[in-house]
Amino acid sequence: MASLNTLVAICLGYVALLFVVAALAERAAAMGRGQWLRSPLIYTLSLSVYCTGWTFYGAVGYAARSGLEYVTIYIGPTLVMIGWWWGLRKLVRIGRSQRVTSIADLLSSRYGKSNLLAIGVTILCVMSVTPYIALQLQSIALSMSVFAEGDVARTKAVSAFWAAIGLGVFAILFGTRNLDANERHHGVVIAIALEAVVKLLALLAVGIFVVWGLAGGISDTLARIDASEIGQWEVDGGRWTAITLLAAAAIICLPRMFQVMVVENEDERHLRVAAWAFPLYLLLISLFVIPIAVVGLDLMPAGSNPDLFVLSLPLSQGNEGLAMLAFIGGFSSATSMVIVAAMALSIMVSNHLVMPIYLSTKVGRGASISGDVRNVVLISRRVAIVVILMLGYFYYRLSGGGAALAAIGLIAFAGIAQILPALVGGLFWRGATRAGALTGLSIGFALWIYTLLLPGFGADGALAASVMTDGPFGIGWLRPYGLFGITGLDPIVHSALWSLSLNTAAFIAVSMMTFPNPVERLQGAQFVNVFDHSMGPRGWTGSVAQSEDLMIMAQRILGPEEARALFQREAAKQGARGQLPEPTPSFVDTLERELSGSVGTATAHAMVGQIVGGSAVSVQDLMAVADESAQMLEYSSQLETKSAELTRTAAKLREANEKLTQISLQKDAFLSQVSHELRTPMTSIRAFSEILRDEAGLSGDEKERYAGVIHDEALRLTRLLDDLLDLSVLESGQVSLNTRGGTLGHVLDRALSAALAGSSDRITVHRRAEDEGIAIRSDLDRLAQVFINLISNARKYCDAPQPELTIRVRALGDRLTVDFLDNGSGVPRDARALVFEKFARVSGDKAGGAGLGLAICREIMERLGGDILYLDGHSGGAFRVILPMEGAMAAQ
Amino acid sequence: MSARRTSVFLERETYRRRRIMDAARLLPILGVALFAIPLLWPKPGDPATAGDPVPMSVAVLYIFGVWAGLIVLACLFGLKSRGWGPDRASSAQSPPKRDGGG
Repeated sequence: MASLNTLVAICLGYVALLFVVAALAERAAAMGRGQWLRSPLIYTLSLSVYCTGWTFYGAVGYAARSGLEYVTIYIGPTLVMIGWWWGLRKLVRIGRSQRVTSIADLLSSRYGKSNLLAIGVTILCVMSVTPYIALQLQSIALSMSVFAEGDVARTKAVSAFWAAIGLGVFAILFGTRNLDANERHHGVVIAIALEAVVKLLALLAVGIFVVWGLAGGISDTLARIDASEIGQWEVDGGRWTAITLLAAAAIICLPRMFQVMVVENEDERHLRVAAWAFPLYLLLISLFVIPIAVVGLDLMPAGSNPDLFVLSLPLSQGNEGLAMLAFIGGFSSATSMVIVAAMALSIMVSNHLVMPIYLSTKVGRGASISGDVRNVVLISRRVAIVVILMLGYFYYRLSGGGAALAAIGLIAFAGIAQILPALVGGLFWRGATRAGALTGLSIGFALWIYTLLLPGFGADGALAASVMTDGPFGIGWLRPYGLFGITGLDPIVHSALWSLSLNTAAFIAVSMMTFPNPVERLQGAQFVNVFDHSMGPRGWTGSVAQSEDLMIMAQRILGPEEARALFQREAAKQGARGQLPEPTPSFVDTLERELSGSVGTATAHAMVGQIVGGSAVSVQDLMAVADESAQMLEYSSQLETKSAELTRTAAKLREANEKLTQISLQKDAFLSQVSHELRTPMTSIRAFSEILRDEAGLSGDEKERYAGVIHDEALRLTRLLDDLLDLSVLESGQVSLNTRGGTLGHVLDRALSAALAGSSDRITVHRRAEDEGIAIRSDLDRLAQVFINLISNARKYCDAPQPELTIRVRALGDRLTVDFLDNGSGVPRDARALVFEKFARVSGDKAGGAGLGLAICREIMERLGGDILYLDGHSGGAFRVILPMEGAMAAQ
Repeated sequence: MSARRTSVFLERETYRRRRIMDAARLLPILGVALFAIPLLWPKPGDPATAGDPVPMSVAVLYIFGVWAGLIVLACLFGLKSRGWGPDRASSAQSPPKRDGGG
């Protein structure tokens, strides 16, 4: 029989082999070789970390005690795996797109980055996994004790202790060798895959030895099975269902399973293979369990521990080599579980417990150098591993090391399953809130502790025996195994029923009653609709050529010259030869600061984050970017409004300026016209008055003629000045209208008699008296003045041999028109536009007018609310006076 | 999208793919149902269920047979779905969007 020393040597040798394999794998991965390291096969094998010492030794014991019930532990995961299209695919996609590092991280991230939730899940995981680790220690201790020749109890105690120490060292060496931002461990994964092969082969070898070596073939084995103690189908329906459910939950929620399935996942497509290959692995590993159990029960002496049949059966048959292989297989199962579990838990502890505390302290706040933080993380992980293994060891000691392996494992499963409602709800229900998750988890966790964990330490272990039988303080319906008066249930079923149902109920109820914050809602949408938001499956690409990417991005933002200068400066600071510096944290910080000057802090952080470490843009980043953009948008819209205002004002100013210039020009033209008009009569007055003064011998006739000329010119001047005065009064709007009632005919009569009085020219006037009887209300004197002007114009300018003037009155809708039509040649076409301008005279100064008459007429008509215009399309001169009809109506 | 409209063959392909996906989703439910059947078997010592208890060898063969069958079906689906993009499969209506995930 192999001595204990040989066993220890074999264990150490095996561990050393694993370590070498892991180191080689990591080196190959670092050098970019070894694509096979990232194959679906390796992924599937790494999932087999699910099969621990519990499977290797415990399953046979379980089968020997409870028949086929042991398969529930593997049926649950099988159902989850073949349903990968529903659940696991989503979980893995979310894990990859959100850069999740652990199950606590996933839940915290889903529920609005709640650190409280992360802490809660971490504690729950540590406490649930503790019995599980104790189980591994127990399996190692048991297997050692089989080989022990002397004091069995002492061997168990010593080997459990040394196993804890050894596994701790091993886990530290494996799990905390390096820090990867994505928490991936290629070496560990390869080592686990190797161990998966070892344990499967070992168990298959024992199985084949038992079936064909001891039982004598398949049909004999089946006959033996039927003849044995467990020869009949005898399974408790409640346990069958509950344990299947717990196992299904465990494959997703166990920290180590989450680690290998989601965090270490290299490629989403690996799930496609693992979906059938991992159930196949489970099937193979549980295939020979019943035969081994049956043959063991048959051959081994009564009272021997069925948990050890895998080992003791070959040993009792003298097959030491097979026993040694089985021992290594069992050791393999235990070590892989402890390594991965300790690693996953230490990541959770350091990320969610230690780091937040450290970073909130003064030391942490001052830690700008990444090396500081790195050391803290590594140390905290190592300490966490030691603490976790110590907890496992204490649990082993407390529980006495006598319980069946499967019973311990189920306690762990029931604890870890409390995560399931929050996890599934988080993945599929957008309404799940942090408060709901926290409440559900707390209730489920508390119930699990009370109904399963504490009673698990045995009578008077953690709970007094009286509490177990009578309930706390004698309250019967609070008994740990008979909650709410429901007794007679299996403890596992009882605990799972109450804890999971109340957990789920509280989770749903509180989620419905509370309102999630914005981050939570966004994360919820991202998780539930992950397939709409993330891209398809892609292998993990290492961050090669990061500096180049950073350079390209920086060039776009800062401009090529500045970017190159910045990169060269940083490269020189790092002492690098090339132009591109290494993407060290300090360089990235500098770059981010530079970029944030151009695009805002949040945007810069998000952009740099995209390239460095490829971390996904978090919701907070996006919200910050949105804030910045909103501010910029608001600012730019303000600017736009202001600039539009300025444009409007400028246009108005330009208009006003043009008007002023025009008016000024008009004024100049007017002044020069006026002075010209004044000058002509003045000149003749001066000339003739000089003649009168200086010429002595003037006849009385001549004197009279010259004085007549002077008088005429003076009159003309007076008229001109009167007109000017009139016009200026009219234009300035200071004219006061003397509105009276009367008939149009009267006004025309007055105007005609005034205009034609004392005139030598004969002009025939045609009127229709019946049309002119219209009563009007207006300033009749001013109106007469307009008519006089028009009639005298006709008299003066009509060049027909028999001048005729037709005055036509017509009512046009709400207006009254008075047309003055003569039979002359009219106003030339090109002069028509100007007749109403000041000083506009059509045909020289034939009649000696100043050219103000029509301008005054137009001013008057505008004051009276009417108009005057020249009628085109008439052979002779044609003016139309338009009067508003209201005035006419008012007079009636 | 346009390819689907122009080619009848592709349309059939997509339709078939969706039905296979449905089958894959139903597979775990089928598994649950099949694994629950043994609970209906008569138990020894249970007066309510008259009848001979099922021998363990039959139970083992049934459980492992169902298990193997499920694995084969899952494997077939895995082979069938090898060429599909999961995005197309899950949300055939909306094209996948990139949002910066890795």
